[in-house]
Amino acid sequence: MIILQRITRSRLGVYLGVVAVIAYCLAPFYWMVVSSLRRTADIFSMSPIPSPLSFENYGAVFDPKLGFGRALLNSTIVAGTTTILALVIGTTTAYALARLQFRFKQLLLTAIIATAMFPTVTLAVPLLKLFTVIGWINTYEGLILPTLSFALPLAVWNLTSFFQQMPRDLENAAMIDGCTRGRAFRLVILPIAAPGVLTTAILTFFGAWNEFLVAVTFANRPDMQTATAATSKFTGATQFDTPFGTQMAAGVIVTIPLIVLVLFFQRRIVAGLAAGAEK
Amino acid sequence: MATAAAPPRPAITGPRERETATRPNSGQGRLAVLLVSPTVLVLLLVVGFPLVEAFRQSLYGAPGIDPATGFVKDTEPFVGLRNFTDIFTDHGERFWNAIGNTTFFGVATIVPEVFIGVVMALLMARALRGRGLIRSAILIPWAIPTAISGLLWSWIFNVDGIANKILRTSVLWATEGFQAKAAIIIAEVWKTAPFVGLLTLAGLLIIPEELYEAARIDGASAWQRFVNITLPLVKPSLTVAVLFRLLDALRMFDLPYILIGPRKSSVETLSMLAQNEAYNVRYGAAAAYAIILFGYVSVIAFVFVKVLGANIIDSKG
Repeated sequence: MIILQRITRSRLGVYLGVVAVIAYCLAPFYWMVVSSLRRTADIFSMSPIPSPLSFENYGAVFDPKLGFGRALLNSTIVAGTTTILALVIGTTTAYALARLQFRFKQLLLTAIIATAMFPTVTLAVPLLKLFTVIGWINTYEGLILPTLSFALPLAVWNLTSFFQQMPRDLENAAMIDGCTRGRAFRLVILPIAAPGVLTTAILTFFGAWNEFLVAVTFANRPDMQTATAATSKFTGATQFDTPFGTQMAAGVIVTIPLIVLVLFFQRRIVAGLAAGAEK
Repeated sequence: MATAAAPPRPAITGPRERETATRPNSGQGRLAVLLVSPTVLVLLLVVGFPLVEAFRQSLYGAPGIDPATGFVKDTEPFVGLRNFTDIFTDHGERFWNAIGNTTFFGVATIVPEVFIGVVMALLMARALRGRGLIRSAILIPWAIPTAISGLLWSWIFNVDGIANKILRTSVLWATEGFQAKAAIIIAEVWKTAPFVGLLTLAGLLIIPEELYEAARIDGASAWQRFVNITLPLVKPSLTVAVLFRLLDALRMFDLPYILIGPRKSSVETLSMLAQNEAYNVRYGAAAAYAIILFGYVSVIAFVFVKVLGANIIDSKG
């Protein structure tokens, strides 16, 4: 009886703990959503549920003078192109790092991982001067190339650990059956590696979409800003009148595509994040 | 380091592979060069070249005024290492403040992150139901862009915001002072402790249950099991998580920039200082700060990998 009681008590503790963890993670986000659904007049209200419910802020965020729609498009172009480039360039490299034996392999892998952890500002400083000279400020290439500097090594690193986890027997069998290594890669490896490639694509897209330093350094014209940079610069009618509701609405809109991806791919994302740490 | 222990590849004796079998790796080497060269070329362009350029720029000063014409010269004078030695003069005050803030944020965020992260991981590992729900919840702070989380927390920390309401205070969080640092730490820990929790959980889940069984039979208390089994076995995952977090915290930019603002001495980090100097066309000083940050981050990474044995290069194949 006592043992049973103790088990139920520790179970109860775990459940309370789990509820606390979920509350910890969701409460600030919930506050963003709630605040975005209030009228400007009751933005300082503390009620946990907005009443009356209002979509006023969502209308305000797409006011053409804020240029938020354009900023979302810019973010999509920059993050999308970066992701595609990183995968196209990185996939074959990751395959070589995971499967082939060659000199300097370890050195190359170390260099790629080190590059992924570079402080972005170390590259942004010289590039700012260069881009100013060659006229790349406020261009897509000026935003994409610096983003690629951390997106590509991250993609290669992730993909390498996915390829390493795949059984070697399949491609060996294909090669014994007369496939060249290239054909074995395309016909056998890539199809099974698709989940890994997809996860890498998601993680790369997250990194590029959330980027801020590159966005505020290499673009200052409102029509070339990405969503994160544009949202941070929203101002109200006067300089001292911060439009909190509009900012929260923009925050929700910028975050929603990411939340949808998280909900669909949570298992894979966790596997991808943990790949570096799981021994 | 890890591939050195990789098992030898099985010998393939098909006719096509005979040359490879007799002279191992010669054909693979050529293929490998072909496959890795696009990445190497792109990285040389977007990382290698800027890095060299940063070193070069750090040796040049701001353009002075031409005494003959009175206009600002368009060439930057070569000043050698003066941008680096200047940090030991009066010009260095902002630099030392920034490196102090950077270090302070690194240490002050990592400690609560590890504590909260480990507690989260232990709870998740013991939760029988609702793992999917917890995982989704935990990924949300991680998924919110730092810039947006900066806005969210600046709203929470508004004078009339919910933080002051709950605490029954009226702190001006966003003004210079210790409260600004505290706001940054709270916002950063909220966003990243779940990430530490996830990486730790990955390490926890591969600890065999039998170890705990055996310890329990031997009469070990829950605390003893945690200290003697869980902690040592989860240490590799935790070390990697701490390294990732620390490297990320040392280059902190978005959060203080948005939550408090640029050029605020209580929260200005080295990344913010270098970006601000570059933005004000003082490229030489900016490059010098950027190089110092690069060196700082490299030393930390080196210590973790060599001294603490953080194994970030994983070879499961």
